[in-house]
Amino acid sequence: MVAYWIFALVSLLMVLAALVAVTNRNLVRATMGLVLVLFGNAVLFVLLEAYFLAVAQVIIYIGAIAILIVFAIMLTRHVGDAWGPAFHRAWAWAVVVAGGLAVGLLFWIAHWPAADGKAKSPVDPQYTKLLGKALVAPDGYVIPFEVASALLLAALIGAIYVAWGGRRVKGPYPQRSEEKEA
Amino acid sequence: MIPLGAYLMVSAALFVIGAFGALARKSAVAILIGLELMFNAALLNAVAFWRYLHPQGFDGTVFAIVILAVAAAEVAVGLALFIAVYRRFGTAEADEIALLRG
Amino acid sequence: MTNELLLWLLPLPPLLAFALIVLFLNKSNKASHTVAILSVVLSWLGSMVLFLRALGIGAEALAEHPMHDSLVWLPGKTSLLRIGVYLDPLTAVTLFFVAWTIVMIFVYSVGYHNYGQPKGDHDEKGYPPHGATVEEHGHKHKVPSIEPMYARFFAFVSLFAFGMYLLVVSDNLLTLFAGWEIMGLCSFLLIGFWFKKESARAAAIKAFMTTRVGDVFMLLGIAYLYVATGSLAYTDVFNPEVLHQLAHSPAPVLGMSVAGFIGLLLFIGTVGKSAQWPLHVWLPDAMEGPTPVSAMIHAATMVSAGVYLIIRVFPLLHAAAEVPEFLSPMPIIAFIGAFTALFAATIAVAQNDIKRVLAYSTISQLGYMVAAVGIGAYVAAAFHLVTHAFFKALLFLGSGSVIHGMEHGVLHTGERIDPQNMYNMGGLRRKMPITFWTFLIGGFALAGFPVVTAGFWSKDEILGEAFAGHHMGVFWTLAVAALLTAFYTMRQITLTFLGEPRTEAAKHAHETPWTMTVPLMVLSVFAVGYGWVGVPKYFPVLGGLLPHWFQEWVGAVFHLYVKEEQAVSHSLVPLLVSILVSLGGLALGYVVYRGVTRADQPDPLARPLGPIFTLLKNKYYFDELYAFLFVRPAYWLAEVFTFRWLDRTVIDGILHAVARLSWNLGQFLRNYIDLPLINGFGDALGEGAKGFGRLFRAIQSGRVQHYMLVALAHVVAFLMLVYYYATMS
Repeated sequence: MVAYWIFALVSLLMVLAALVAVTNRNLVRATMGLVLVLFGNAVLFVLLEAYFLAVAQVIIYIGAIAILIVFAIMLTRHVGDAWGPAFHRAWAWAVVVAGGLAVGLLFWIAHWPAADGKAKSPVDPQYTKLLGKALVAPDGYVIPFEVASALLLAALIGAIYVAWGGRRVKGPYPQRSEEKEA
Repeated sequence: MIPLGAYLMVSAALFVIGAFGALARKSAVAILIGLELMFNAALLNAVAFWRYLHPQGFDGTVFAIVILAVAAAEVAVGLALFIAVYRRFGTAEADEIALLRG
Repeated sequence: MTNELLLWLLPLPPLLAFALIVLFLNKSNKASHTVAILSVVLSWLGSMVLFLRALGIGAEALAEHPMHDSLVWLPGKTSLLRIGVYLDPLTAVTLFFVAWTIVMIFVYSVGYHNYGQPKGDHDEKGYPPHGATVEEHGHKHKVPSIEPMYARFFAFVSLFAFGMYLLVVSDNLLTLFAGWEIMGLCSFLLIGFWFKKESARAAAIKAFMTTRVGDVFMLLGIAYLYVATGSLAYTDVFNPEVLHQLAHSPAPVLGMSVAGFIGLLLFIGTVGKSAQWPLHVWLPDAMEGPTPVSAMIHAATMVSAGVYLIIRVFPLLHAAAEVPEFLSPMPIIAFIGAFTALFAATIAVAQNDIKRVLAYSTISQLGYMVAAVGIGAYVAAAFHLVTHAFFKALLFLGSGSVIHGMEHGVLHTGERIDPQNMYNMGGLRRKMPITFWTFLIGGFALAGFPVVTAGFWSKDEILGEAFAGHHMGVFWTLAVAALLTAFYTMRQITLTFLGEPRTEAAKHAHETPWTMTVPLMVLSVFAVGYGWVGVPKYFPVLGGLLPHWFQEWVGAVFHLYVKEEQAVSHSLVPLLVSILVSLGGLALGYVVYRGVTRADQPDPLARPLGPIFTLLKNKYYFDELYAFLFVRPAYWLAEVFTFRWLDRTVIDGILHAVARLSWNLGQFLRNYIDLPLINGFGDALGEGAKGFGRLFRAIQSGRVQHYMLVALAHVVAFLMLVYYYATMS
C-alpha cells in the first residue's frame, strides 16, 4: 500500500513539476522543475527495483545534465532573465499536436491488454552484478556499451569544438538576405 | 503491485508535456528541457517494461543505460550549440533563428 | 665531304643566317652582318671547292656524269616526285659568279649602310638614313648615319642568297621555281626596304606584280611539263627520247609542239624575271631599293636566273626548233631579246639618274643573252651572263659608291640636290679615284672595249654567232645596241667622273670606306680577266695563245642533245663591227658630253633629237601605256564593275533577298510557333515551378520548431492510421 501512495504522490509531483518545467518563463526555475522530474523518475526506478539505474539517474541527470543546463544559462547573459513571452506565437499548434499525441497514447495504453499485468518474476538480488558482467561480456552487450562510450567521447570533443569559438568569423554575422534588402 | 499501465500513463504524460515544451517554447534551453523530459519518459518506459515483462533479462536496463549515455551526449552537444548560437546571433530564441527560411 | 653532300649543304648557310638574324640577332648590327657574311663566305667556299673539283673532273666527263643526288619528295600519281641537287659545267660556272658576286655585295653592304657611323638625328625605320650631326674639332657637321634597319637588311639578303643558291643547285624545275619565288619575295621586300617612301612601296608592288605575270606562265609551263613527262628533273626531261617525243607531239594551241609550247611558257617566266620587253617596266623602278640590292637582284643574280633558266631548258627549245612542221619558239625568243636590247639601250641614252641608266643597260644586256639563246648560241649567252654579272655588279656597286660619296657631299654642304643625278656630279675622278678606276673598267667592259675587257669577248661571241648563223636582223640590231651601249656608258663616265665638279656637293664628295672599295677592286679583276678564258680560236694573234676554255666547258653540257653544227664563221666582219661600235660609241659619248659644265644644262642631245629625245626620256611612255591599258582598267573593273555592279547590285541583291526571306521566315516562326507554343510551354513549366515554390515557401519558415511540429503531427497521424488499420483487421 505504501508503494501505491508513494507512486501516486511522486507521479503527481512529477507531472506538476514537468508542467512547471515547460511553462515557467524563468529558465532557472524551469530547470528546477526538470530536476524535480528527474528525481521523481529515480524514485520510480527504486519502486521498479532498478536500483542501479536509480543511482545512475541521480548522478548523471541531476549531477551532470541539470548542472550543465544551469551553467549554460549562467554563461549566456540575459537568457536566464524572465522577460518576454515563454512561448512563441504558434504555441496553440503545439497544444493541438501534443494533445493529439496524448489522446493517442492514452487510447493505446487503455486498449493494451498487457497494461494491467503483474510482474512475471522477482528481480534477482544479484542483478546489478550480473548486469555489470553482461555489459562487458563478449557475447553480451559489449558492443553497444563500447559504441555508447565512443559516442560520448565524440560528443565531448564535438561540444568542446563547437563551444570553443576560437575561430570566430570577423565582422558582422551573416545577415538574412531580406534584412539586407530592407 | 502497481499495474504496468500506471507507469505507462505517467510516462505518456511526461512525454506529451515534454513534447509540448519542445514545440512551444521560445528559448533554446527550454526546448532542451522539453527534450529531456521526453527522454525521461522513454527511460521510464524502458525500465517499466523490463520489470514487468522480462525481469530476468538485461535488454531493458542496457537500453536504459544507452539512453542515459545518449541523453548525456545530446545535452552536451546541444548546450555547446546553444552557446555557439548565442555567440553568433546574440540571442538564444529558437524562433528568431531562421537562416533556413525559404 | 663528298661532292653531292657539299651540293646539298651549299644553300643552307644563308638560310640559317636568315633564321638566326630574324629570331635572335636582330638587336645587334655587328652580330647580324657577321653571321650573314660568314654564311655567304661558307657557301662561297663550298662553291669554290666544287668548282675546282669540277675542273678536275673535266668538261666532257662532268657533262656526261654530272654530280647528281636526289631524294623522294612527294609520291605522285604514277611516279615519285624527287628533288635533288645537280652540278654540270653550266651549274659550275653559274655557281662561280654567283658565289663571288654575293660575297662582294655582302661585304659592300656593310659600308653602304654606314656601319660604324653614329645613329641618325631623325632617322626612322622605313626611311633611308638622313645623316647625323657630330662635333669634331670644335665645329658641328653632318655625316652619314647608320641604316636604322641594318639587321633586317642582312636578314633579307641572306634569304635572297639562299634562294639563288637553291635555284642554281637544284636538279629539277620545281625547286628551281621555289628558289625563283623566294627571290621574287626577297626582291619585293628589298625594293620596298624603305617602305615609308611612297615610291619604294609602289616600285615593290610593281616589281612583284609584273614578275608575277611571268611566273604564272612559268608555273603553267612546269605543270604542262610534268603532265607531259611525269617528271621535272633535268636528267629525265632532257633525255633524247623524251625530247623527241615532246617535239613531235602537237600542243593544243598556236600550232606548236609540246616542247615548243612548254619552252615558250617557261620563256615568259624569263621575260618577267629578266625584265624583257614587254615586262621590263619593273626593273628601272626597282632602283628605289638600296644599291647593293640593285647590284644583287637586278644585275648579278636574280635577273640572271631568268637567262639561266632558258639556257637550262635549251635542249627543249632546240628540240622544238628541230621539227619543221611545228612553229618554233626560237625566233620569238630571238626577236624579244634583240628588240629589248635595242629598245632599252635607247632609253638608257636619255636617263640622268646614274642607277636608272644602269637599270636600262641591264635590261639591254639581258636582251643580248636572250637573243643569243634565241639564235641557238647558248654558250655565248652563258658567257655573256657570267661576264655581265661581274661587270654589272661592279658598275652598280660603283654607282652606289658614287652616290654614297655624293650623299656625303650633300650632307656636308647642305645642298638640296639629287645625289643620283649625273648632272650634279662631274670631276669625281679626283675625289674618288678607286671608284673611278673600277667604274671605268666596268664601263669599258660593258661597252665592250676591245681585247682587254671581258665584255668584249662575250659580246663579240654573240655577234659572231649571229653573223655565222645568218641571223642578220639580230646581228644588226645588236650591233646598233652595242653602239648605243658604248655611247651611254661613256656619257655616264664623262658626266660623273670627268670634267670639273658642277655642284658644291660634288666638290666635297668623298672616297668610300674599304668595305666598299675592296669589292669593287675584286670585281674589276673579274670584269677584265674573265673574258680571257673564252677567246675564240679564230681570233687573230690571240686565238691560239689564250684558252678557249669557256666554250669547251659550257659547250660540253648539251653535246648530248644538240647536234653540233660546226659552222663557226671565220669572218672578221662581226669582229670589226664589234670593235668599231665599241670604240665609236665611247668616242662619241666623250665628245658629246665633254662640254657639259653646268648642272642645269640641257642634255646636248635634246636639241638635235627633239621629240625623240622626249620620247626616250619618258621611256617610250610604257609606264603610262600600262597604266592606261592595265592599271586604270583594273581600277575601273574593281570600282565600277566588281564593286558597284557585281558586288553592290548583284551579289548584295541576292544576299539581301535571301536575308529578307529568312527574316520573314524567322518572323513567322517566331510569331506563330516560337512565342505561343515553345515559349508558352517553357513559361508554363517555369511559372508552375515558381508557383509551387511560392506555395511551399510558406512551410519553409526556417524555424526548427515548425519542422518539429509538422513532423510530430505527421507521426501522430501515421500512428492513428496504423492503429485504425490494426484494430480494423
